[in-house]
Amino acid sequence: MQQNLKIKTAAIIAIVLICIFGIIGFPKSVDGLKANVQRNIHLGLDLKGGSHLVLQVQVQDAAKTTADQLIEALREDTRTRNIAVGGFDRNDPDQLKDTDTIAVNIHGVDQGKTQLFRNLIAEKYSEWILTPVNGSDYRLNMKPSTLLDLKRNTVTQSLETIDRRVNALGLTEPTVQAHGDAATQSEILVELPGVDDPARVKDLIGATAQLKIVEVKNEGPWKTREEALAGKGGILPLNTELREFMSAGSSGGWYLISRSPVITGQDMRSAKPAADPDSPGRWEAAFTLSQDGARRFEKFTAANIGNKLAVVLDAQIRSVATIQNAISDSGRINGLAGQQEAEDLALVLKTGALPAGIKYLQERTIGPSLGVDSIREGILSGIVGLIAVIIVMLIYYKKSGLNAVLALLLNTVVLIAALAYFGATLTLPGIAGIILTVGMAVDSNVLIFERIREELRTGKSIPAAVDAGFGKAWWTIVDTHVTTIVSCLFLFLFGTGPVRGFAVTLVIGLLANVFTAVFVSKVIFDWELSGGKRVEALSI
Amino acid sequence: MELFKNTNFDFLGYKWPFIIASLVLTAAGFVSLGVKGGPKYGIEFKGGMLMTVKFASAPPVEQVRSVLTAALSSAPTVQTFESGSNELVIGTEGENDSALGKNRQLVIDALAKTFGQPGNGKLDLNNVGSGALASRLLDPLQRAGVQMAQPEVEKLAASVMQYRDEHGGLLTKIDDLKSLPGLTQKVLTVLNQESYLSPYTATRNIEIVGPKVGADLRQQAINATLLALLGMLVYIWFRFEWIYGVGAVLAVFHDTLITIGIFSLMDKEITLTVIASLLTLVGYSMNDTIVIFDRIRENLQLNRKEKLEDVINRSVNQTLSRTIMTSGLTFLAVLSLFLFGGPVLHGFSLALVIGIIIGTYSSVFVASPLVLFWHNWADGRKKTASAGAPKSVATKAK
Repeated sequence: MQQNLKIKTAAIIAIVLICIFGIIGFPKSVDGLKANVQRNIHLGLDLKGGSHLVLQVQVQDAAKTTADQLIEALREDTRTRNIAVGGFDRNDPDQLKDTDTIAVNIHGVDQGKTQLFRNLIAEKYSEWILTPVNGSDYRLNMKPSTLLDLKRNTVTQSLETIDRRVNALGLTEPTVQAHGDAATQSEILVELPGVDDPARVKDLIGATAQLKIVEVKNEGPWKTREEALAGKGGILPLNTELREFMSAGSSGGWYLISRSPVITGQDMRSAKPAADPDSPGRWEAAFTLSQDGARRFEKFTAANIGNKLAVVLDAQIRSVATIQNAISDSGRINGLAGQQEAEDLALVLKTGALPAGIKYLQERTIGPSLGVDSIREGILSGIVGLIAVIIVMLIYYKKSGLNAVLALLLNTVVLIAALAYFGATLTLPGIAGIILTVGMAVDSNVLIFERIREELRTGKSIPAAVDAGFGKAWWTIVDTHVTTIVSCLFLFLFGTGPVRGFAVTLVIGLLANVFTAVFVSKVIFDWELSGGKRVEALSI
Repeated sequence: MELFKNTNFDFLGYKWPFIIASLVLTAAGFVSLGVKGGPKYGIEFKGGMLMTVKFASAPPVEQVRSVLTAALSSAPTVQTFESGSNELVIGTEGENDSALGKNRQLVIDALAKTFGQPGNGKLDLNNVGSGALASRLLDPLQRAGVQMAQPEVEKLAASVMQYRDEHGGLLTKIDDLKSLPGLTQKVLTVLNQESYLSPYTATRNIEIVGPKVGADLRQQAINATLLALLGMLVYIWFRFEWIYGVGAVLAVFHDTLITIGIFSLMDKEITLTVIASLLTLVGYSMNDTIVIFDRIRENLQLNRKEKLEDVINRSVNQTLSRTIMTSGLTFLAVLSLFLFGGPVLHGFSLALVIGIIIGTYSSVFVASPLVLFWHNWADGRKKTASAGAPKSVATKAK
């Protein structure tokens, strides 16, 4: 008996030490203690302040891009194989849910070359399904498996790009993760602790900036698009497009440029903002290219000395320069209005382009000052409540009340330590879970004590009454706890973020409570009753 | 100390006043919900934009309302956050996400135009982030002959922002910053020359939720809760009898309905945190009910001849001391949360304060009578069914 009790006590002390270590580590000073607690207990954004963003990747954008690429490729292939085609177009799915409808229409295919055309599709575009509409018109739909891959890749790529952009902001512990099922939901969750300018961050994350450096055809520039078209007789040469040159908000004319870029955003190695040396007060973003990009750039510039190059950003020409000599690895985009714009552009260039647009579904920004207030008031009210409970317990149950208070404190310690070890985040709903845990922990002790009192009233000896009290209360405690754990299971499986947080905290708290209220409490009673001499009265 | 020793109240004898009170409360809640067209959902469940703006003194509610009504296409809601806190909560609706994002900028611009001095070329310290502050100070500090490298300036800006946030998010005098390390007289002069303090801050809390997401979130929370209730019902059925499960779940449902009804009567919003507290209340009330049911089961096993009504009464009396202690202690903790927990926890703790009172009496006066009613009804049916049969056939009791 004595031996058994010592083993149990040792186990309890060991667990308590492990828990305390989990919360405070080995602090060397008061500041160290604070730092350790802050590191071990992760507070949710609702408590410490920050931005919580849910965004949706507009996958239909990527589907449209893919369809456009298909049209370009088909145009080329039908020409080389001498299949006369009237024209191509695609539909324009506007909503995410319409992504699956993406289709390319091919009109007026030479009826004599039907077999050749079919072969071409089967051979080179097997990820598309060909459906004849009538004798000479066809429709191409994306295969479901290809579509699924496209969705998944688009979301993954967006996730990686956003992750790079967010990390470049230099915040501590930002979170960027998929939200919901990637194939259907295409949502991304971004959590930014301590961000103090959420509107700017939102713009930065959502910037679709696509950068390319292209060859400028040796014509123009024209004042307007119409003039340019008229100058070309209404038809643009193959693989070219007209783009406007914009510099600090004003038009610098329209240029005819090549559609195929020499360099794209993916060839960027780094970019940084700098003051524009040519025009005081203006800013620019200077960039350097990757090795591979630099090689291509050098080859191209060496072959085109005297010709012009344009830096195109988001369908606008940002600078045009004549190639003086072979350039290898750097360039700049000038004419930016301010330092912030230059910084943001440099960041977007560095992190690459998003494969599709994004839409914000949800934003929650808790300013840091509100977070500070919440924590202070939360802690104050928690401590006041705890002290009130402790005082009443001590008055009502005397020395046994002390036992219950110990169990209660221990429960809280075990719960918080478990959260720290699991790396779980403490949020407001989590605190709700802790409050219910404390309520149920108090309840377990009250149940046991009331049962012991009842048993004492029937005239049982003290050890027998304690045993019977614990024994009879046990099944009640099991029933209440299992019922709540069952409900938490459902909340966890079918609930979302905050509801889940509540469920996790509560389950941990209840498991801890079975340990503290039943096991630890009983051991303390056993010590009290094990003095060898007969115990005359129980302080309860 | 013992307050309730060997009590013997006839609880079930007093069930009607309580059942009627419950029905009245439920009906009042339903009427209020009916008149107002359902619960008043918080921004996270209905979609919209919500912004908390804190003023240095009592906020000019009417002025803010008229300025914003002029700036926005639809009239915003402008409410004081809590009496004496100088905070306003501004809410707007918008049919889609980009409209909501635009509204946010319109509100910020309108506030700056009315209460700030956007034309003076200075930076508003109460509505700025540390990054913008640092890049603004860099050159002027250098010109003023303060030798600080960029990281030092950034650290300085961050500490200014931290000071502001720890002092309610709103500074009233730039000179208050003097106590910060590194803030010499020269730096202070530069700060005074480059920045000013507007009498409000709009950086405390912003929420934007798209309308569709709000509806989804609401549906998900309701589904999860209903499934959780179903899970509890099945477990209690398995451990007791099905009618106990039904009684317990109906009692909990009753608590939730009344709490939502009272929220509607008081014109309080159902937010995410209120949902968390409703879940807490479900757990709490269920716990309470099971403790009594456990005792009823135990007493039924001890004495199979006693009338069920007497057994229930005795069980409630035996657990009375525990019921009062637990409810009282939990109530103390929740009350402390309500009184000292601050505005963020306000809706949360209010739901718990209401819920604990209702959850406690519903275990005694709703869950237990339901079990009794059903048993009486089933017994009555059994009697009429077995009226002509030999007596021994119909004596199986649980």
